[in-house]
Amino acid sequence: MEQDLEVDRVTKRYGAHVAVDALSLAVAHGSFFSILGPSGCGKTTLLRIVAGFLAPDEGDVRIGGRSMHGVAPNRRPVNMVFQHLALFPMMTVGENVGYGLARRGVSRAEIARRVEAMLGRVGLPGAQDKRVDQLSGGQKQRVAIARSLVLEPTLLLLDEPLGALDLKLREHMKIELKQLQADFGTTFVYITHDQSEALVLSDHVAVMNAGHFEQVGTPQELYYQPRTPFVAGFVGANNRVAGKSARIDGDIVELLTADGLAVRARTSGPIAAGDKVEAFVRPEVVDLARDAADLPAAAQRFSGRVASLLFDGANSAVLVREEKTRAEIRIALPQTGRFADLRVDETIAFGFDPQRAVCFRARGNGG
Amino acid sequence: MADRITADPGASRTRLALLLLMAPALLWLVGLIVLPHLELAVLSLRARVAPRVYELSFNQYRTFFDEPLYWHTFVRTAAMSILATVCTLLIAFPVAWHIAKIARGRAKSLLFVLCLIPFWVSETVRTLGWMILLRESGVLPRLLVDLGITAAPVEMLYQDATILVGLVYTSMLFMVVPLVSALESLDDSLVEAAYDLGGNGWSILRQIVVPHAAPGIAAGSIVVFMLTLGNYLTPTLLGGKNSLWFTEQIYTQFITRFNWEQGAAFGFLLLVLSTVIVWAGLKFTGQRFGDVMRRS
Repeated sequence: MEQDLEVDRVTKRYGAHVAVDALSLAVAHGSFFSILGPSGCGKTTLLRIVAGFLAPDEGDVRIGGRSMHGVAPNRRPVNMVFQHLALFPMMTVGENVGYGLARRGVSRAEIARRVEAMLGRVGLPGAQDKRVDQLSGGQKQRVAIARSLVLEPTLLLLDEPLGALDLKLREHMKIELKQLQADFGTTFVYITHDQSEALVLSDHVAVMNAGHFEQVGTPQELYYQPRTPFVAGFVGANNRVAGKSARIDGDIVELLTADGLAVRARTSGPIAAGDKVEAFVRPEVVDLARDAADLPAAAQRFSGRVASLLFDGANSAVLVREEKTRAEIRIALPQTGRFADLRVDETIAFGFDPQRAVCFRARGNGG
Repeated sequence: MADRITADPGASRTRLALLLLMAPALLWLVGLIVLPHLELAVLSLRARVAPRVYELSFNQYRTFFDEPLYWHTFVRTAAMSILATVCTLLIAFPVAWHIAKIARGRAKSLLFVLCLIPFWVSETVRTLGWMILLRESGVLPRLLVDLGITAAPVEMLYQDATILVGLVYTSMLFMVVPLVSALESLDDSLVEAAYDLGGNGWSILRQIVVPHAAPGIAAGSIVVFMLTLGNYLTPTLLGGKNSLWFTEQIYTQFITRFNWEQGAAFGFLLLVLSTVIVWAGLKFTGQRFGDVMRRS
């Protein structure tokens, strides 16, 4: 498949701090690629290297197969949607969208025609003469994207463009962005610290931490088969249990916490008995039951007391303390409403299939 | 009846408080601005027909137009002031850009202080400094001779260029400060976005930076223009007898000739001139006075 963006062992250092560490990636033509990571992980640096605002210390960036070494941002077939959009307040909407075309020396009549067509495609027909401050947050977003896409770039870079919007609008714009990308077929590279944005929008997601990629894969792969503890902890909600591996049985490891809680989980990567390990159990993997006998046969069973109820509509959960060790675990409430009458301090049985929990060898095992 | 008794003292007390609060401003406005100008207006419009007998006359204004020296000086002062303002803007803009956008932390405050330091000494001393540097037996002409560029020391004082140098130097700070504040409020990502969309340095300056900084540019230009137009010391010291600055004409009328009527007329003409030029400048650049003053 044709690659629109290839990043080849790019490194960027700030003094002793390595912001981007020998990082490589390839983005296929027409795909929606996200880079997901906590703030300060180097994702903005990487994006600015691709856009050309920063030069890498080592490595090369190829866009559409062409090396971008020494090519200035205004000569790259790449456009960027900035975090705060950076619409030009001194210009009308039409002038904003037509800015890039005018800089390319396109004729006035042609600019007017293309701006009109582009505004129509992003759902703002006839908005040319509006001032930027007359637009709502969502409309500004669309103008910012239109301003870039009208130049028909090989690649569109988006730097957390939804960060400044309120929650409701953000949810709406997520869907809109995905549809825009599908309509235009332009390759999008999107950076965000919001895992839900990355999962909903992307064909592929790279999870970035401390200057390198922890894992690159489809949203489903990241969610169901995290390859590192960081990915398991960062993508989606997860319960983390740390301890020592007590026993290994095929691909199942039994983990013993310092408090003496035994938890079984599927191994990911090599684990030897006695290693420090950490296991991750998703809240929705854990089943609840008033009677332990109602739990599925394969499940490892525990009993506990309800510590608090976290009602959040479809995302409601309950915090349960395991009876003996007082270890806290977050469990998603089934949406059938079966446990709607659950009360704090109630004793309840819970359990999960070890195959659906994942266990890693912890970092800092001494090699 | 009882109502009025209880309501009145409260209302009059607020009015009194307001009046007291405004008193300094009103005193200043009336005593130092309105009254002297009224007096000047009256002075400029009267002619002495006999000792202590005056009548209404436009003679002073007629003299101004009849005597070429006066209106030549007038036009020359306006043109030189505009030129000095433009030069100050052109020199101050990169300085302000550097302070606002490039320098960080200590370097930034240091640069600001460097702009401020000359103002710790009086304008007279500063101008005398220029005279020491530029006079025929001064530092710069000697240096030129030593370097073999000129055969004999050149007199650098008493020339229009020297006056301009002095005026620009005196005005720099008043241009740099509003420009720095205007440029600091410019979001860097606007410049980056324009660059990303294919803009180059010149087009970004013209389409993004200057429109954003326009109120700051206008504010700085107005202040510098007014200071320059009304400057007396710098043109007199650096330009000598040839400086032909309009404030000198006013001084001559009031002090040397003791012709207060003529001096008042000149003063009024200068006021009209500065008002018209500032108004024309704002009109020409599409700025509104209120916006500009809020920025400065």
